[in-house]
Amino acid sequence: MNKIWIIIKREYLTRVRNKTFILSTILLPLFFVGFVAASTYFSMKSTDKHTIAVNDANGIFKNNFKNDNNITFEYPSDVDANNYKTKGYSALLEIPKNYGPDKDSITLTSDKQLGLGAEERIKDQINMSIKNKAFLEKNIDKKVLDSINDIDEESLYKFSPVIRKGDKIEHSNSGLAYGIGFGSGMLIYITLFIYGAAVMRGVMEEKMNRIAEVIISSVKPFQLMMGKIIGIAAVGLTQFIIWIILIIGLSTMAALFLPHDILQHAQTANSAMSSANTSMAMGFMSAKNSIAQANWALIIPCFLFYFIGGYLFYAALFAAVGSVVNEDPQEAQSLMLPITMPIVLSFIIMTTAAGKPDSPIAIWGSMIPFSSPIVMMARIPSGGVPLWQLAISMLSLVAGFILTTMLAGKIYRTGILLYGKKITFREMGKWIFRKS
Amino acid sequence: MKILELQNIKKYYASQKAVDDISFSIDAGSIFGLLGPNGAGKTTLLRMITGIFYPDSGNIIFNGRKFNAAEDIFKIGYMPEERGLYKKMKIGEQALYLAQLKGMSRNDAMKKIKEWFIKFEMQTWWNKKVEDLSKGMSQKLQFVTTVLHEPQLLILDEPFSGLDPVNSNLIKEEIFNLSKKGTTIIFSTHRMEQVEEICDHIILVNKGKKILDGSVKQIKQDCKENHFRVGFDATPINNAGAAFDVVSTEDNALIVKIKEGYTPEAVLQYFLKQEAGIISFNEILPSLTDIFIKKVEDTKTSREFQQVS
Repeated sequence: MNKIWIIIKREYLTRVRNKTFILSTILLPLFFVGFVAASTYFSMKSTDKHTIAVNDANGIFKNNFKNDNNITFEYPSDVDANNYKTKGYSALLEIPKNYGPDKDSITLTSDKQLGLGAEERIKDQINMSIKNKAFLEKNIDKKVLDSINDIDEESLYKFSPVIRKGDKIEHSNSGLAYGIGFGSGMLIYITLFIYGAAVMRGVMEEKMNRIAEVIISSVKPFQLMMGKIIGIAAVGLTQFIIWIILIIGLSTMAALFLPHDILQHAQTANSAMSSANTSMAMGFMSAKNSIAQANWALIIPCFLFYFIGGYLFYAALFAAVGSVVNEDPQEAQSLMLPITMPIVLSFIIMTTAAGKPDSPIAIWGSMIPFSSPIVMMARIPSGGVPLWQLAISMLSLVAGFILTTMLAGKIYRTGILLYGKKITFREMGKWIFRKS
Repeated sequence: MKILELQNIKKYYASQKAVDDISFSIDAGSIFGLLGPNGAGKTTLLRMITGIFYPDSGNIIFNGRKFNAAEDIFKIGYMPEERGLYKKMKIGEQALYLAQLKGMSRNDAMKKIKEWFIKFEMQTWWNKKVEDLSKGMSQKLQFVTTVLHEPQLLILDEPFSGLDPVNSNLIKEEIFNLSKKGTTIIFSTHRMEQVEEICDHIILVNKGKKILDGSVKQIKQDCKENHFRVGFDATPINNAGAAFDVVSTEDNALIVKIKEGYTPEAVLQYFLKQEAGIISFNEILPSLTDIFIKKVEDTKTSREFQQVS
């Protein structure tokens, strides 16, 4: 035990003191928060103020378009596609006499993209005007119509969907559950690869440096393998903790520095503005409000469990592959395939499971140990996982990683001392079933 | 007293008998040579002595008790032929790490490392990385890390490969020093001139079997071919005696092989009678290299793969 501890300490310290580790641990959250903050800022701030010249052949829209903060409509008489720019307009909206679905179309001319948000708002105004015209033709009083149009529906009610199971009532927040589920599944998927590959490279390094035999004359091969696996797991946890602290700290700071009106804007942003940037920004802003609604007391422990369990399940296999590789890194690629395939497959199952946490494929995927770490994490935030499924999933994952570690240990023990020979899966199979 | 005894050790791999019924014993405090051509089974033998492999059958007795890898490993220092160090790790930390894995406390290890670093003039290396060292330098470091925990039994597999004569001598001196202090040393190599110089006792293995066992002197006696060198003022013209055959002719000397049933005196008498002007007469003992080649060639050099049932 004491020796494993010495090995863990070395693995941990040499990695944590490594410059790449320090840089990636600090830069990634900086980059992430910076990216989200910048895209929030620009998507809100850069919605330029547009002045649109309206050329309405029928005159029915004149003065019916409403101006807002960003878009002003004017109705000059002498503009056309050639001179709107020189007259100081950013775009020209031409409504022909005979517009219609299979007649002439309404055109918006500009010399550069107005942005999705601006176009949507212009269309909204056209729709609104057409509707108003229809109401007025039916002899509805203009005052009545205006007062109806001024109603802000959202301010008149509160909407709270709940999930009811027997006596238990939970607040449903499927968007958030999907986000957290997908995010955690994704995070476990990525870390399995990052840290699994780190284990493999570490083992390959020991084999190729020819230090493996020196160390194995002092400790058992299994101790060396476990020391490395646990040491790298500790590195991973350290990195996670630093990331979480930095991301929370930095985003709080970023929120302080972003101008207040932008934050307001982001929170009330129109759903029509569905560009990627905006939705990310909205996610970022709304996170603060809804984050409290997620069941963190369940999600965080489960995340840690499935991160560690999934890592242990695969790390030993990665170590086994590292131990049989000779000088040729190409060999590692093909030997890794049987490990990476189930991980990628789990990721595919996870993308469905996050959306449909109760579908059969999600339930099965979350209980079988090779995919459970990724798939179960996508299901848990939805709150709909029965306790018995969680129990089976966790127990089978523990049993699974004990099994893979034992099998991998047998391959590792022989492989680490074998040089200059290409090893087939059949031979590895023999090593597994050979008595020690 | 025997520090190590191997009794009928066997280790079969899937396609060959790596070690096939080998027995030998090593006196405490001696320098023991384990010789054999490439692929003879030396490394497998050493790996069993260091607890890396377990024999399929047979016993290993260490210090009079059955070898127990978990405990006895601390009393053994092993420098394998396939050796190396962590390239990116600082030299001092590396030595400390390996010493701690051999069960030394941090403080003891620190003290010992400093002693050895001074002895080998490596004090300034502490914060350097292994990748900055030359091959010879890293070899020295490797030797230091092997002997830090003062093992009772030190196993060196080709310790001089890659070393220049100066560093070779330095390590050789240390091997003798450790031997004087009572360390038993197993020295595995196929460089015969070093064996003659260093080893008290040797065994020769080939194709997994032991084919020679004894002291260097004894083996030379046992393998001698009754060759004598006779020096003359001038090489005699008539040199066909009944007592000997001429093996080769040198300037003013003949190498002769004395025939079965004759003594060296018969040869001398033959040349005395001719008044050939003898100026020297001495026995030629075979070199270990000759013995090695002869013995190994008796069995086929390259191991054939055979089916092991």
